[in-house]
Amino acid sequence: MSQGKYQAEHATHSSRIGVTLIGATFVVLALAPFWGDRQTLRLLAEIFTFVALASLWNLLAGYAGLVSVGQQAFVGLGGYLLFALVILLDVHPIAAILIAGPIGALVAVPVATLIFRLRGAYFAIGTWVVAEVFRLLASQISALGGGSGISLPAAVVIAMAPSRQLREFETYWLALALTGAVLGAIVALLRSRHGLALTAIRDNEVAAQSNGIDVTRIKFIVYMLTGFGTAMIGALIFLMKLRISPDTAFSVNDWTAFVIFITVIGGIGRIEGPIIGTIVFFMLRQALADLGSLYLLMMGAVAIVVMLWAPKGLWGLIAERFGWQALPLQRYLVLAPKTEQPGGKP
Amino acid sequence: MAPLLALENISKRFGAVVVADSVNLALAEGEALGIIGPNGAGKTTLFGIAAGTVAPDAGRVIFAGEDITRLPPERRCRKGIARSFQVPQPFSGMTVFENVVVAAAFAGGVREASVYDACADLLDRCGLADKANKRAGGLTLLDRKRLELARALATKPRVLLLDEVAGGLTEHECAALVTLIKDVRAGGVSIVWIEHVVHALLAAVDRLLVLHGGKFIAEGDPRSVIRSPQVAEIYMGIAADA
Ligand SMILES: Nc1ncnc2c1ncn2[C@@H]1O[C@H](COP(=O)(O)OP(=O)(O)OP(=O)(O)O)[C@@H](O)[C@H]1O
Ligand SMILES: [Mg+2]
Repeated sequence: MSQGKYQAEHATHSSRIGVTLIGATFVVLALAPFWGDRQTLRLLAEIFTFVALASLWNLLAGYAGLVSVGQQAFVGLGGYLLFALVILLDVHPIAAILIAGPIGALVAVPVATLIFRLRGAYFAIGTWVVAEVFRLLASQISALGGGSGISLPAAVVIAMAPSRQLREFETYWLALALTGAVLGAIVALLRSRHGLALTAIRDNEVAAQSNGIDVTRIKFIVYMLTGFGTAMIGALIFLMKLRISPDTAFSVNDWTAFVIFITVIGGIGRIEGPIIGTIVFFMLRQALADLGSLYLLMMGAVAIVVMLWAPKGLWGLIAERFGWQALPLQRYLVLAPKTEQPGGKP
Repeated sequence: MAPLLALENISKRFGAVVVADSVNLALAEGEALGIIGPNGAGKTTLFGIAAGTVAPDAGRVIFAGEDITRLPPERRCRKGIARSFQVPQPFSGMTVFENVVVAAAFAGGVREASVYDACADLLDRCGLADKANKRAGGLTLLDRKRLELARALATKPRVLLLDEVAGGLTEHECAALVTLIKDVRAGGVSIVWIEHVVHALLAAVDRLLVLHGGKFIAEGDPRSVIRSPQVAEIYMGIAADA
């Protein structure tokens, strides 16, 4: 192999610690069925789905600059695909989740062709209109309960696992695995050649274009990929809920407002942001749950305070102060070893 | 011989302000051209039109015999037109090294690892070697300008459009910059350089154009253009230091 004078390395001291911590956390979480009760498992699974949704939205808005307020279109699409495939076509629920991904990406193509003609605020409005159209369409499907929705048939639920406990374990692990897969895919994307271009687009679109990057094409690809991931997570969410209706599936509140809140307070345009944001969001939700509707007001207040004091989010604040990155994304130039060891290294 | 880059009858206005009024410009292969003109004359806008970030109201942009008027910036870059931005536009969250790597890899349409050596050498030539692993957003204005030049060169251009890269340099740094630009030119790159630091320009270009009121009002041998009455009139004191 021809070896250049220089190499690039991704890892830093902080990212080595970060990756170790993330790995350890993953193992602890994978063992949760052995240490947590039902409530804990449910809460954790819900947290995972929000980490995934927020990470996908962050890729879309934070990196590709596509500020969508209509990702509920894909959450709902995934949910309805699950119910349609399971009820109408007898597909296994897990297979249905996996099928929802590619279909989400496919549906993203005509949607993107349409809304990519819009700029700035009009783009955001366009995404929301598309989601509303999806909601109206869903309410027309009488085989899936029309406007009032439908539950997953008991027979299907029972067939998933021999016992209720095992089924709960199964959905929990599924949620963990899917979220891990979404995060892994995003990290792999960002570390790739296209990720370099995407990061350039995040920082400066005009300069990216002027330096040979086909910005529109990369945005299109990112929109398809997030459609893929969001539809899959949507299907997962409604497998956990066991019931779907147009209003819950295409809820702008649950699948966009909360997701934006999470991403913005955690740190938009940074891969760690949505994870930090989700943790903060759920801590606030648990702490403020007793306050009733006041809790939304408090969330809003927190968002405003964070935006004023730390416009780059909590992780942005920490990362810039200490120069940390929890995941090895950046390339550091290092001088390659001058000569190859004869006989090669062990 | 047909020019490498040509602007033909280019007109552009922003609202009521006429920035280019049927402008013609031809850059021969291997030539180094200087452009001067008062603030707001429309110099940067012409670069935008040549590089594809600004659409002209009328006229054509020709590169290597091909009409590229409707080509998007990234395609023009890959064909060999590179520009530096007057107000530096770094990819702030990326390292200095990554800034040049992304330009080299995407302009060249090649794998990332294949450009590492060239990019490291380039940073060295542009005086940024010791800052390769720094975040570009943390650079001083001077280093940001160096990065503009390094990133433009990383795309391996045939035409390099330089927009005020010498401002704020010390005498010594300015001389180093002129040497670098001459080097680049000796490597076969044609150059258009917009610059207010006239003595740097005179040291590097073969021909000088003066833009004023949306038109080129003087052109020719740099030293005689600088001494021409038109230039004296627009610039008053500014040209006196040449
Ligand atoms: N996008 C824009 N929208 C509106 N007006 C613009 C735009 N870009 C430039 N202008 C105006 O066009 C005129 C020419 O601007 P330009 O930047 O091309 O001048 P310049 O010759 O490069 O000036 P300087 O020496 O200050 O860099 C200025 O009056 C500027 O305000
Ligand atoms: Mg200018």
